[in-house]
Amino acid sequence: MRVFTAVIAIAIGILVLLGYFLPQAELIQTILLNWAVILVGVAALVGLVNLLVVHTDKVRRGEKGSIYSALLVLVMAITFFAGAVLRPEHAAMQVVLNGIILPVEAALMGLLTVSLLYAAIRLLRRRADVMGIVFILTAAVLFFGSVTLPFGEIPIIGTLVRPWVSQVLALGGARGILIGVALGTLATGLRVLFGMDPSVWG
Amino acid sequence: MTALAVLLLAAVLLAALTVIKRKSPARLREIPAFTRLVRTVGLSIEDGKRLHISLGHGGLLDARAGSAFAGLAILRIVAERTSVSDMPSVASAGGPDAWSIDPGHDQAGYQAANVDELYVPTTGRVTGLTPFSYAAGAMHIAPNESVSTNILTGHFGPEAGLLAEASDRDHVTLIGASDNLDGQAVLYVSSQDALIGEELFAAGAYLGGDPAHTASLALQDILRWLVILALLGGAALKFVGVL
Repeated sequence: MRVFTAVIAIAIGILVLLGYFLPQAELIQTILLNWAVILVGVAALVGLVNLLVVHTDKVRRGEKGSIYSALLVLVMAITFFAGAVLRPEHAAMQVVLNGIILPVEAALMGLLTVSLLYAAIRLLRRRADVMGIVFILTAAVLFFGSVTLPFGEIPIIGTLVRPWVSQVLALGGARGILIGVALGTLATGLRVLFGMDPSVWG
Repeated sequence: MTALAVLLLAAVLLAALTVIKRKSPARLREIPAFTRLVRTVGLSIEDGKRLHISLGHGGLLDARAGSAFAGLAILRIVAERTSVSDMPSVASAGGPDAWSIDPGHDQAGYQAANVDELYVPTTGRVTGLTPFSYAAGAMHIAPNESVSTNILTGHFGPEAGLLAEASDRDHVTLIGASDNLDGQAVLYVSSQDALIGEELFAAGAYLGGDPAHTASLALQDILRWLVILALLGGAALKFVGVL
């Protein structure tokens, strides 16, 4: 059964890949990608059921923080059924989205600013080496370079050092890392596509 | 056609290198994060604690699929090694497609260890479908489920900072790797040993030692040299006015 599944998956993977290079394979690529999108939608629903099962189980066993799990299950059920009945574009559903979900995500983003600042301050405690010091100094120089004072930008740092660090050193480094990530993605993709990855096809 | 040629070259090289690596085991440079990861797997079993493998919110249908597959490779290896423990590892994902095959990898780890009956389906879970809702859901796993180490591996943006902060607050060891530059910068300051760039894709070779994984590392090195030569050659040709 596993071999059969692998053969189907590899064949479909190769067909989708060919669609990028051969115009004749574009139609079949589009059809297969549409099927994949539908499957991902179903997977999202199954994921929600999983979330429901995990938290219902927590409530049933009375685990630590189970009150939050109960609240999650309740609100999830209400939102799901309200969305299914009223449709997502209904004003009430928009209130849920714009009045609850977006502000909560924005608050988390705001919290992240404090977390990142705190993490940077503690960096030297965790990693007291040359790279840690260079990291802190670079971050400080970039902040000094972008801050505006009553008399304007800080000379040299704002006009020379900051652009050079951010546009030459940081950008070059970032491009190198991204090329490395792309090569890693290519190698991983080929390994999976040709059935050579034991962690996928094992 | 250049892309197709590169792809075919890479595929042929990968196949040839896999055959070579089967005959001669690879010698890998030390990466502290993987050394720590191997140690924490052993320690967590001894301490009766769990590992939490967080796969990020990368999908399998876009450019982030590579990091999702790299995370799934780690999940399977860790699941296999911790399957006999009283406290099996927990996995969380933020993308529905990555999550949908996550339990399969988790279970495959148990099957590989011949303890399929010990597999618990709820140890793999989706905690949210947006980056921040995912982080908000995943950050509560460590304090509530006796987790000793958080392994963040996959696609993470700045929201990794929230998971790192939660790990620090709960005195949980953090090992982080992301294919996203923002996520890498955050994990660099937040974790003891961060994996930078393509090191994320080396996990299978370092932890599992499979020939296909070590061959893909060698393939990356060869392609990296080709990229370096193309960069330097292109710049030199531009400089002399040929291009």
